[in-house]
Amino acid sequence: MKLARFFLTGIFFGIVLTKAEAVSWYRIYEMFHFQSFHMFGIIGMALFTGVVGLQIIKRYKIKDYKGFPIHVIEKERGFWRYIIGGTLFGLGWALVGSCPGPIFILLGTGTYAIAVVLIGALLGTYIYGLLKDKLPH
Amino acid sequence: MEYIYGTWHWAISGFLIGLTMLVLTYFGKSFGMSSNLRTMCSMAGAGKFSDFFKMDWREQKWSLVVVLGAFVGGFIAFYFLSDGSGVVINQDTITQLTSLGIDAPNGKLMPDAIFSVETLQSPKGFAILLVGGLLIGFGTRYAGGCTSGHAISGLSNLQLPSLVAVIGFFIGGLAMAHFILPILYKTT
Repeated sequence: MKLARFFLTGIFFGIVLTKAEAVSWYRIYEMFHFQSFHMFGIIGMALFTGVVGLQIIKRYKIKDYKGFPIHVIEKERGFWRYIIGGTLFGLGWALVGSCPGPIFILLGTGTYAIAVVLIGALLGTYIYGLLKDKLPH
Repeated sequence: MEYIYGTWHWAISGFLIGLTMLVLTYFGKSFGMSSNLRTMCSMAGAGKFSDFFKMDWREQKWSLVVVLGAFVGGFIAFYFLSDGSGVVINQDTITQLTSLGIDAPNGKLMPDAIFSVETLQSPKGFAILLVGGLLIGFGTRYAGGCTSGHAISGLSNLQLPSLVAVIGFFIGGLAMAHFILPILYKTT
C-alpha cells in the first residue's frame, strides 16, 4: 500500500502536535503574550532540526526513497502576498488558536466546534481563489 | 510514564516536528498542511468557478492521507496518551484570561469560552469561529503557506519569502492577542 507511509507519518505528526500542546489555544495565546518559552522552543528546535537536516541532504546529495535526487521547492519571489496574507493568517491563528494542521488534529481530539473553523477555512480558501487575480502578490 | 502522558518537552517536540518535515522530504514530498484546503475545494467542484481550483486533486491524495493520519493521531494522543495533567500555563496568563472571561485550562486543550457546544450555539461564538476560519483559509492561501509550509519548511530552507510571511504571522497574531481579543472578550 503506497499511501500507508503517509498515513503513519500523519499519525506521528498528530500525536506529536497534541502532546506538545501546539494545538492548544492557550499555548498560542501565551506565545503571543511572550509569557512562556514553550512554543518558541518548539518552533526553534523544529527549525534547528530542519536547517541541519536539509543542509545534510544538500551537501551529501542524499536521494529520496525512490533514488531520485531530492529537490526542495523554492518559494516564489514576492512581498505583498507574504506580508498581507501572513498578517491575515496571524489574526486568525491568534483568534481561534489553530493553524491548518491542528484544525484536523483537534477534530480527532473531540473538539467539535473546530468544524466551524474548518468550514470557515475552506470558504476563505475558496474566496481567495475567486479574488486571486485582483490581489497584489 | 509521565514523560509520555504529560506535556512533551519542547526540545523533543520540536525535534520530532522537524523530523516529520525531513521524512516527508525523503518521501519526495513537501511539508505543508494548508494546501489541503485548496485540494478539498477542488474536490468539491470549485474548479467550475475559479481556475485556481482546476487541478488534478488525485496527485495530492498523499497529503490528504497525511491529514487523515493527523486526525487519527490527535484521537490516539488525546484518548490514550494523556492523563489530564497537561497545559500548565503561567499564572499571569490565567489571571489575564480570567479578566477576559476566558476559563483556565485545568488540563483542557481549548477554552470552553470559545469552543464549548454552548458557545458554538451563540451568534457571537459561532461568528468568532467562522471568521477565525476565514482568516486562516484566506490568509494561508494568499501567503502560500502556514506554520508548516513557511515557519518550518520554508525557514529551514532559508527562504526569504517565508521570513516575510512569518513576520506577517506575528504582526497579525500580536495585533489579535493584544488589541482585538480584549475588545471581543471585554467583560462588562
